[in-house]
Amino acid sequence: MKKLLMATAVAALSAGAASADDHAVKLGIILGFTGPIESLTPHMAGGAELAMTEVTDSGALLGGKAVEPVRADSTCTDAGAASAAAERLITSEGVKGIMGADCSGVTGAILSNVAVPNGMVMISPSATSPALTTADDNGLFFRTAPSDARQGEVLATVLMERGIESVAVTYTNNDYGKGLADSFAAAFEAAGGSVTTTAAHEDGKADYSAEVGALASAGGDALVVAGYVDQGGPGVIRAALDTGAFDLFVLPDGMIGAALEETFGSDIDGSVGTVPGTESEGADTMLEMATAAGIDGTSPYVGESYDAAALLMLAMQAAGSAEPGDYSAKILEVANAPGEQIFPGELGRALEILAGGGDIDYVGATDVELIGPGESAGSYREIVIDGGKITTAGYR
Amino acid sequence: MDVLNALVALSNFVLVPALAYGSQLALGALGVTLIYGILRFSNFAHGDTMAFGTMVTILVTWAMQAAGIGLGPLPTALLAMPFGILGCMALVLVTDHAVYRFYRVQKAKPVILVIVSIGVMFILNGLVRFVIGPDDQRFADGERFIISARTFKEMTGLEEGLAIRTTQGITVVTAVIVVALLFWFLNRTRTGKSMRAYSDNEDLALLSGINPDRVVMVTWLIVAALATVAGVLYGLDKSFKPFTYFQLLLPVFASAIVGGLGNPLGAIAGGFIIAFSEVTITYAWKKVLGYVMPEGLEPEGLVQLLSTDYKFAVSFVILLIVLLFRPTGLFRGKSV
Repeated sequence: MKKLLMATAVAALSAGAASADDHAVKLGIILGFTGPIESLTPHMAGGAELAMTEVTDSGALLGGKAVEPVRADSTCTDAGAASAAAERLITSEGVKGIMGADCSGVTGAILSNVAVPNGMVMISPSATSPALTTADDNGLFFRTAPSDARQGEVLATVLMERGIESVAVTYTNNDYGKGLADSFAAAFEAAGGSVTTTAAHEDGKADYSAEVGALASAGGDALVVAGYVDQGGPGVIRAALDTGAFDLFVLPDGMIGAALEETFGSDIDGSVGTVPGTESEGADTMLEMATAAGIDGTSPYVGESYDAAALLMLAMQAAGSAEPGDYSAKILEVANAPGEQIFPGELGRALEILAGGGDIDYVGATDVELIGPGESAGSYREIVIDGGKITTAGYR
Repeated sequence: MDVLNALVALSNFVLVPALAYGSQLALGALGVTLIYGILRFSNFAHGDTMAFGTMVTILVTWAMQAAGIGLGPLPTALLAMPFGILGCMALVLVTDHAVYRFYRVQKAKPVILVIVSIGVMFILNGLVRFVIGPDDQRFADGERFIISARTFKEMTGLEEGLAIRTTQGITVVTAVIVVALLFWFLNRTRTGKSMRAYSDNEDLALLSGINPDRVVMVTWLIVAALATVAGVLYGLDKSFKPFTYFQLLLPVFASAIVGGLGNPLGAIAGGFIIAFSEVTITYAWKKVLGYVMPEGLEPEGLVQLLSTDYKFAVSFVILLIVLLFRPTGLFRGKSV
């Protein structure tokens, strides 16, 4: 069955390619197919291509145009290589929109060096840096992933509701840790909490007792550890437990993982955290569709990639044109209420509603709701460590 | 009560960790200082020798844990340590025969030997990573605490807790035993005396019939034992990762030089000086001062001289000060 589906997909794609030019709209998929997240990107690209195949098969886009994906490598880390790859997509492939990029650094580089000068629309499925919110994008940049600034706010709300009003913060010394710590501290203090101290920790050290000593001296009801579960984070928690400095921890997404249960068990019972996640029905549909197409739907950011590609095509339909300058203004319209709710697998129906002059509210796989300058509002799963297990306390 | 609380907080975050860290540094520095005193060069491969001995110990520990052999409340690694020492001894004897002897016979200058030791360091570096991998390894088992912060609070009713880990206790006890044995050996036995004679004046020692090959061999054996013990204690107390052992080279050398290279007593003092300065200078004193200072005078800020990121800088600065004002070290070792 899987093979048959794959074969149909390939046939559909090659059919689209054969009748290219006027009948096809090319969309760029720029992700780090080599580099630090190369194990995730094939699934993300698969998610985006799933949406494109669906639209092509429906035959409803702009009077029956096919959609042809063109992949390019962002490398995740090398801004120069990523910009060159994006440049190639636009000038020699003639893409009409870009699904990507993945990592925050290269996304910012492509946006300012290539997308803005060329007037190209970009929708990133996974760049979470708060700095991208204020990037100068001429209304061309969107993302279906929430900014880390949003996670800081969610975390602050969770703590206030639980009556934790004074915390010490330690973060891993990089853009992710610093951005998250800053946004959390700002949101927490605005909500009336107090941050006793904010200190960085370096990953990969043998001993964090000195860092914990300083944090303990500052005091607080709980310790916020904005680090990585495979790096220095557990070392900090261990040192804090050993010295009796803190026994309650606040854990953002980088710290949530199976390794946490294995290392600490019930020692950190009562600790709370947040991780991106949604309980929308779209997520389940997406998982089924991905599995049927031979993609690992549980891999991170697959749903976000599907949604990013879908938004590009729906906006084209709403504008009645595949030119970025025409449809960029329509993206927020199709993504948000009012209108008919659209879930994964219903792209054909959405295209017809739009063609008939109707309005849609794209929900998609990840409960898409674009706010501010066009980034996902973000839904988070609130977790609590209970009996040595990570348990879900709710969604927000 | 406030004074007691201050004292307990100080012990918990400064005194106990610094004491354990100082013992580990002192053992490491003893190895460096013995090589310098007797073989007359700075052995840059010492950090990786420690890593190698620890690696062998870890592998034997895992085998023992799998076979169900243990020491009850004490870590199994103590039982595996003799095997680690033997493995490390074999390694240093092989490197000495394969590498260092060639240059010694040629009477190469110390600086050449230093560079040779850097080469050995890189090879050991790779060897350890090749065998056990570059990641963190945990091998501590048994009882984790002699007294945990919570029990201490319940026992004494104080606000502050004092935690003493088993590994910290073992570190200090082992260090005392090892140092006592070493000094007994150097001062009381015939071989020890011949080593000191060789160190003081090589030509005179040769004239009086001391066998130089034997002195060199015994030195390497002792250094291997010291390095393994230091490495295992550090790994037990913190965690084992090849890269952190490489980084340990700086504080270990700082300790040996501050105390006076070639002087064993100096190495021990140096270890504790470096450890206590690193910890006290980067500690935030707010909590302790909050207890001791009179009402209304408690500090607002953290009262932290340097951020903990600058830990290594502290050993560098002490090293520089000592080299500027007392190049032979505090205990009159040899000039560098």
